[in-house]
Amino acid sequence: MTTTRVELDEPKCVASGQCVLAAPEVFDQRDDDGVAVLLEEYPGEELLHDARAAEAVCPAAAIRLVER
Amino acid sequence: MSEALPRPADDAAEELPEYPLPRSARCPLAPAPAVRELRARHPVTKVRIWNGSTPWLVTRHADQRALLPDPRVSDDDLDPGFPHVNAHRAMIAPVTPRLITNTDAPEHTRLRRTVNGPFLVKRIERMRAPVQRIVDDLIDTMLAGPRPVDLLTAFALPVPSLVIAELLGVPYEDHDFFQRSSSLVLDGAAAPEEARRVSGELAAYLDDLIKRKTDDPGEDVLSEMAGRVRDGEMSHTEAVHMGVAMLIAGHETTATMIGLGTLALFEHPDQLALLRETDDPKLIANAVDELLRYLTIVQTGVRRVAKEDIEIGSVVVRKGEGIVFDLHAANWDPEAFPEAERLDLTRPARTHQAFGHGPHQCLGQNLARLELQVAYGTLYRRIPTLRAAAPIEDLSFDRTGTTYGVHSLPVTW
Ligand code: HEM
Ligand code: HEM
Ligand code: SF4
Repeated sequence: MTTTRVELDEPKCVASGQCVLAAPEVFDQRDDDGVAVLLEEYPGEELLHDARAAEAVCPAAAIRLVER
Repeated sequence: MSEALPRPADDAAEELPEYPLPRSARCPLAPAPAVRELRARHPVTKVRIWNGSTPWLVTRHADQRALLPDPRVSDDDLDPGFPHVNAHRAMIAPVTPRLITNTDAPEHTRLRRTVNGPFLVKRIERMRAPVQRIVDDLIDTMLAGPRPVDLLTAFALPVPSLVIAELLGVPYEDHDFFQRSSSLVLDGAAAPEEARRVSGELAAYLDDLIKRKTDDPGEDVLSEMAGRVRDGEMSHTEAVHMGVAMLIAGHETTATMIGLGTLALFEHPDQLALLRETDDPKLIANAVDELLRYLTIVQTGVRRVAKEDIEIGSVVVRKGEGIVFDLHAANWDPEAFPEAERLDLTRPARTHQAFGHGPHQCLGQNLARLELQVAYGTLYRRIPTLRAAAPIEDLSFDRTGTTYGVHSLPVTW
C-alpha cells in the first residue's frame, strides 16, 4: 500500500486560506499572518479527497501530494 | 510616458486580433465568440491592445494555472512591456506607490501578510451573522417599499458597501461618498483627470480616518493597519493605499455579481428554483462558485509582464513581453469544465479562476464568497416570486469598466 504525504512549501504560501476551506482537518492558518499550517502530514484514506482538493485550489502552487 | 506610446509595428503585427475581442452583437453577456477559436487553435498568441502594443494572450485554463504562479511572471506595472488595461491605468502607474497589486515576491509576500489578517477564513466566518443582518434588513426595506424597484440600488450595491464599511470601520454617514467615488474610479470611461481627482479625495479621507483610528482603535481593518503603522511594520502611505484598494476592489465586483447572478438565474428558472428551495450550505456555496465561473466578471483585466524568457507550449514568451490572461476564456475551457457554456449549480466548479490565480489571487475572495452565499441564499428564498420587471432586451450593459455588469435591474414580486 502506498502512503500519501502532504508537502507544504511555506515560503510560497500567500495565506489565501483556500486549503483551510477545502480540507479543514488537514490545514489551518496561523493567526498572526495567515500562513498555512499542516495539521496532517499523512492524511488517511478519509481525508485524501479533501487534501487533493486543497492541492487543486492552492493559488500559489505551495501544496504537493507525494505518493510513497 | 514611454509605456503609453505604440511600439513600432512589424508586418505580422498588422493582422493581430484587437484585444479585448469583439463581443457577439446579439448577446450582451456571452464571451467574445473569437475566444473559442483562439483557445482551441492558438492558446498562447499575440494580440494588439489599446496603445498599439502586442502582448501575448493566454486563454487555456491549464496554461493560466501554470503561468500565473510562475515567479518569472511579474506584476511590475512600471516595466515598459506591462500591458496596461487602459490609458488611465498607464498614467497612474508611475505615481502609484508599490502595493500588493503591483509588486512581486518577496515584497508582495511581505505586504500581503500585513493586510490579510482580517481575511483569514476564521475571521471572515465570524462576519456571517453581521452580513446576514445587513442582507435581511435590506430585504425588509425592499419588501416594505414600492414595486418595481431597481435591484442594484436597493440591494446589490448597498450589500458590499455596508459590509466593507463594517470591515474597514468606515462610519455609516460617509457611505454615499464612498459608493460614488469608488464607482467613478473604476469606470474606464471616466476622464482620467476626474478619476485621479476622486482617487485623491478617497485617499485623503482614509488618510484622516486611519490617523483617528491610531488614537481610538476599534475592531476593524483600518485600526489593525493603524497598529502596524505605529509598530513600523508598514508605512502610513501603504496603509492609506491599501484601504483605497480594498474599498474599490470589493465594492463594484460583489455588487455586479449579485446583479448579474440574479439576471442569469432569471434566465435559468430551473437553477433559480434549486436555490430558492434549499438551505443546504454546501449547495449554496457551490452555486456561488458556479455563478462566479459562469459570469467571470473580471474578464480581461489580469495583466503581467515576463521577467525572463518563458517557454509555454510551442511558444517562447520573451523577457520584457506583456501577457494578458483572459479569465473568462479559462473558465469556459471545455477541458476544465465540460459543457462549460451551461450554468449548472451542482457541477464541481471550485477550480474556476474568477478570482485569478497565483499570488495575486483575490485577497477578498473569502469575504466575497460569504457575501454572495448570504445574498443568493436569502434573497430568492425570502422573495420567492422575485422576477424581472422589464424586458431583458431593454437592459443596458457596462462594457467599459474593469468588471462587466448591468447598469440597472428592475425587479418586482
Ligand atoms: C465577486 C467579487 C470579486 C471578484 C470577482 C474579484 C476578482 C479579483 C481578481 C480576478 C483579482 C486578481 C487580479 C490580478 O491577478 O491581477 C482580484 C484581486 C484582488 N481583490 Fe478581488 N474580487 C472580488 C471581491 C473582492 C473583495 C470583496 C475584496 C476586498 C474587500 C477584494 C480585494 C482584492 C484585492 C486587494 C486584490 C489584489 C490582490 C493582490 O494583487 O495580491 N476583492 N480580485
Ligand atoms: C447573465 C446573463 C447572460 C449570460 C451569461 C448569457 C450568455 C449567453 C451565451 C453563452 C450565449 C451563447 C453564445 C454563443 O453561442 O456564442 C448567449 C446567446 C444569446 N444571448 Fe445571452 N446571456 C445573458 C443574457 C442575455 C440578455 C440579457 C440578452 C438580451 C438582451 C441575451 C440575448 C442573447 C441572444 C439573442 C443570444 C443568441 C446569440 C446568437 O445566437 O448570436 N442574453 N447568451
Ligand atoms: S491555499 Fe496555498 S497559498 Fe493559500 S493558505 Fe493554503 S497553502 Fe497557503
